[in-house]
Amino acid sequence: MNAFTEAWEALLLPLLAIVGALLLFGLFVALAGHNALDVWALLFMGAFGDAFSLQNTLLRAAPLMLTALCVALPARAGLTVIGGEGALLMGALACASVPYLWQPPAGWPGLAVLLAASALAGAAWIALAGYLRQYRGVNETISSLLLAYVAVNVFKHLVEGPLRDPSSLNKPSTLALDDSWLMGPIGGYDVHWGLVWGVGACIAAALWLSRTTHGFATRVVGGNARAASLVGLPAHRLVIVACCLGGAAAGLAGGIEIAAVHTAANASVIAGLGYTGILVSFAARHHPLAIIPVAILLGGFAAAGSMLQRRLGLPDASVQVLLGFVFVLILCAEAARGRLRWQDLRAWWSPSAQALAGRA
Amino acid sequence: MMDIDTIGSVLLAILAGAIRVGTPFLFVSLGECLTEKAGRINLGLEGVLVISAMSAFGVSYLSGSAWLGVLAGAGSGALLALLHGLASSLRRVNDIAMGIAIMMLGVGLAFYLGKPLIQPQAPTLGSWSLGFWSDSPQLRSALEVNSLFPIGVALAFLMSWAFANTRWGLVVRMVGDSSDAARALGTSVTGVRTLATTAGGAIAGLGGASLSLYYPGSWNEGLSSGQGLIAVALVIFARWRPVACLGAALLFGGAGALGPALQSVGITGYYYLFNAVPYVLTLVILVLTCSPHRVLRGAPSELGVGR
Repeated sequence: MNAFTEAWEALLLPLLAIVGALLLFGLFVALAGHNALDVWALLFMGAFGDAFSLQNTLLRAAPLMLTALCVALPARAGLTVIGGEGALLMGALACASVPYLWQPPAGWPGLAVLLAASALAGAAWIALAGYLRQYRGVNETISSLLLAYVAVNVFKHLVEGPLRDPSSLNKPSTLALDDSWLMGPIGGYDVHWGLVWGVGACIAAALWLSRTTHGFATRVVGGNARAASLVGLPAHRLVIVACCLGGAAAGLAGGIEIAAVHTAANASVIAGLGYTGILVSFAARHHPLAIIPVAILLGGFAAAGSMLQRRLGLPDASVQVLLGFVFVLILCAEAARGRLRWQDLRAWWSPSAQALAGRA
Repeated sequence: MMDIDTIGSVLLAILAGAIRVGTPFLFVSLGECLTEKAGRINLGLEGVLVISAMSAFGVSYLSGSAWLGVLAGAGSGALLALLHGLASSLRRVNDIAMGIAIMMLGVGLAFYLGKPLIQPQAPTLGSWSLGFWSDSPQLRSALEVNSLFPIGVALAFLMSWAFANTRWGLVVRMVGDSSDAARALGTSVTGVRTLATTAGGAIAGLGGASLSLYYPGSWNEGLSSGQGLIAVALVIFARWRPVACLGAALLFGGAGALGPALQSVGITGYYYLFNAVPYVLTLVILVLTCSPHRVLRGAPSELGVGR
């Protein structure tokens, strides 16, 4: 198969899957008595219709890029890690709790300390799943998800218990971060610097995988672990480093959610961003650069969800249904890989075109 | 300080909880056991659990009969698992990834369709009073047993017997242990796997019905948080033996009941940490049972997760 066909398929198959999922979703809401055309129109208007919704979309896409990396990087090393939500919560918790232990300097150095703490916490959380897989033989898909549930409970325990700000009555929160540490908007827009972090992390990850020896070695381990150990690559270490990098990205997403959006750790951080990141990464076929547009598209659907709820009275879970359809179809589309050949399509198209021409 | 009575009532609450909380674990792990014996893993049983809980509750509410609800739970669980079975039969489709997708789709569908069911009360399942011989009211209430639980116990023994002694059981195990051997005998590997996954979904659906129709006995979006997934890990712990699944489910039911039991005697500060106990326990058990150097004893050879 040549490179052109491969690239063409890599773009076409996920697109077809997303179109198919939108059709299925339309059918689903139509069965529930809504107008499918209205729903489709609102999905796109709510996501990309005007400057306000576009900014909202980008706001939601930023953390998705980072949580998707938490799936993509271990995936390139051969692991299916789906506990990015846990790393995100640990990152958020670390960001909010550093000031309890030690007062970081004001301004951006303080922010840098907070974000570093978030990334470290996330890295440690996913590295644990990688370690258990490599050294103890524990399936990383199950362990990372179990760790995510543990993280939710640890998060709630600390936020509602020892770290609780006594003045947060209705919604238990930690103490709010100092204003000088907060991550501001870019220029005069609503979009904060987290977007730059997300895009930057995706580009850095792509460069690491394609341009560095270490990234190449990681891909060899992911492609064939036996071959990798035969040529003497330190497979265990490479896998765990990939898990650390992915976990650091998700942890950073948690830190940014605190520093740019919520200013303190509370239940609003538990929004399933880690789980949507899984879908983003699979749809991007675990390619860091492809994660950027996919995160924007799926972040857009998520942003449009509140519009569907307000304007058409659909339940808030409707976006979840749409994303579920997308996920199932994206995976099914893999079955068509290598079967859709450009030549076949042309051969199929040209006789019918000739027949049409002949009839005319 | 805790006195003897308090400790006794905590232990009793854990015993009662082992059965009450353990019943969903039992059904999901039996369903997963059947699926995995045929050589597939279905992580989507978490989604199956949620959607079957929702449909069981919905049908019980609309029809007024809890047992019709149980049937609906099994049916909807089977349908979602059938989707997993068919999709995973496609070429190049990974069953673990598809399981994650089915988990998300199932939870989304259940939350969407279950929105109007959050308020109402539906008829729930009755219980069996196994504590009739005792004078202690506490023991009596602890032994009020979910009427689905005996079905689960019977099913565990039935499955154990069927895997060893029936044609169907042997076919399922053959497909799970060597797809080449199965093909050589003219058995349809994907057919058997799809059927086993579907039947596993129906069994797991009974667990969902137990959640929404017995304990906690209502429908809301926080009904299941990873019980379906824990059950998948339980099957590894039980070494793919249905009767061992029963023991594992009771153990985890007890662990899950620890938090509420301590809360009822006034220990409340660590509520969330006690909630985390079943997950940590699962992890610890996985660490203790798995090994990177050998395939687990009893693991179906075609299965990716046992290695």
